[in-house]
Amino acid sequence: MYAHPFSYHRVQSLGQATKLLQQLGEESRVLAGGQSLIPLMKMRLARATALIDINFIPGLAEIKNHNGELRFGALARHTDIEMSEHVVAIPILHDCAAGIADVQIRNQGTIGGSLAEADPSGDWGATLLTLETSVQCIGPQGERSIKLEDFIKDAYTTVLGHDELVREVIVKKAPRNSGGAYLAFKRSAPVYATASAAVQLTLDGKDICKEIRVVLGCVGLTAVRARRAEDELRGKKIDGKAIQRAAEAARETAEPQSDMRGSADYKRALVAALVKRAIGIAVRRARGERVEAGHEYVGR
Amino acid sequence: MSAAEKITVRIRVNGEPREAVVEPRTLLVDFLRENLNLTGTHIGCDTTYCGACTVLLNGRTVKSCTLFAPMADGGEITTVEGLTTNGELHPVQNAFAECHGLQCGYCTPGLLLSTVHLLKRNAQPTDKQIRKAIAGNTCRCTGYQNILKAIRMAASEMEKR
Repeated sequence: MYAHPFSYHRVQSLGQATKLLQQLGEESRVLAGGQSLIPLMKMRLARATALIDINFIPGLAEIKNHNGELRFGALARHTDIEMSEHVVAIPILHDCAAGIADVQIRNQGTIGGSLAEADPSGDWGATLLTLETSVQCIGPQGERSIKLEDFIKDAYTTVLGHDELVREVIVKKAPRNSGGAYLAFKRSAPVYATASAAVQLTLDGKDICKEIRVVLGCVGLTAVRARRAEDELRGKKIDGKAIQRAAEAARETAEPQSDMRGSADYKRALVAALVKRAIGIAVRRARGERVEAGHEYVGR
Repeated sequence: MSAAEKITVRIRVNGEPREAVVEPRTLLVDFLRENLNLTGTHIGCDTTYCGACTVLLNGRTVKSCTLFAPMADGGEITTVEGLTTNGELHPVQNAFAECHGLQCGYCTPGLLLSTVHLLKRNAQPTDKQIRKAIAGNTCRCTGYQNILKAIRMAASEMEKR
């Protein structure tokens, strides 16, 4: 399958990309890893008259760790993040990076591209909304830093202007006694999840939940905070009953659509189960246990 | 530059510098098959799912149906044709032959490259790690058991060297 013809522009800096986006107009698009854009263009679901390839910009894939923050260059590939020694400090990031689609797609797809695409089933949105995350953007007016919750506006829609690009994704490291988990259930490796749950919490002592964020993926127009589920646990003792109440609250927050991945009821049930398990794993990790978690699919 | 304008793409393929003048929308897999006549890389689903088009780009596996050829410009590619040396099969190819790790063979070039990529990073993978490493390669004949056997055998043969 072939995409519509387009002109191809390779840039050496984000500043150059911004200028070209302005010159080439609304039908020009940025090409990062291309793992969403290229299939869409091939199926003629997306059309660009010009592509601005940012893959050759030097230094844009770096992952840095300083001042209590992890900074991911827009072109950091999912594999780079999976393999990064810095990511060990925040296990939920590894859960996410190591299970997105399959090896080949993780080798090519980027964190900046994933966030800018804002697919409601994307993994990074749900994962990063549980942490203090900001997106450093660059446009003709210079740079601005946008909190992730303000960055994602709607399905496939961000606040980025046409001539604006993601430069860096900045994640604040969680305090001590914190743990998190990202669980995504999918029918096979290469596909998007049917539903996903991301949980990040901080313990006070052994079993009091000091702070918690619960985010659900694939069950709304964007990844959604399950605030009522959080309220069931924040400031309270985490036991089986409290976790069950949180899972039920998450089920009610979810607004899934029935589609080929499953009925709305099925997805609600799935979300509740994933939230329950993610909380359990997050608690164990907060206590210092090493637990494997991530994407789940048949044959894994 | 207008949309119709072709560009020169230069890629080192299996150790040889190659180039062709193509439309920017040319997919890497079509560049390899049509422009360079390297038809060992297959097109299966053409929708980023099946992995039949898997090649190594700068040492990492990618689905060549999901890259425009200019994205690989200046890079190094290994296709299935590049696995043999002086007519000798690569140990991974040998293991697939020995263990009957294929039936129709359509998915095999992709699986071979995913295996080469895996064993370069992890010389002695567990079964779980093998399954994860080939999750992006679909085989509709074998049921995967013999593929797993082949990968285990390749790992132990390569370890002996």
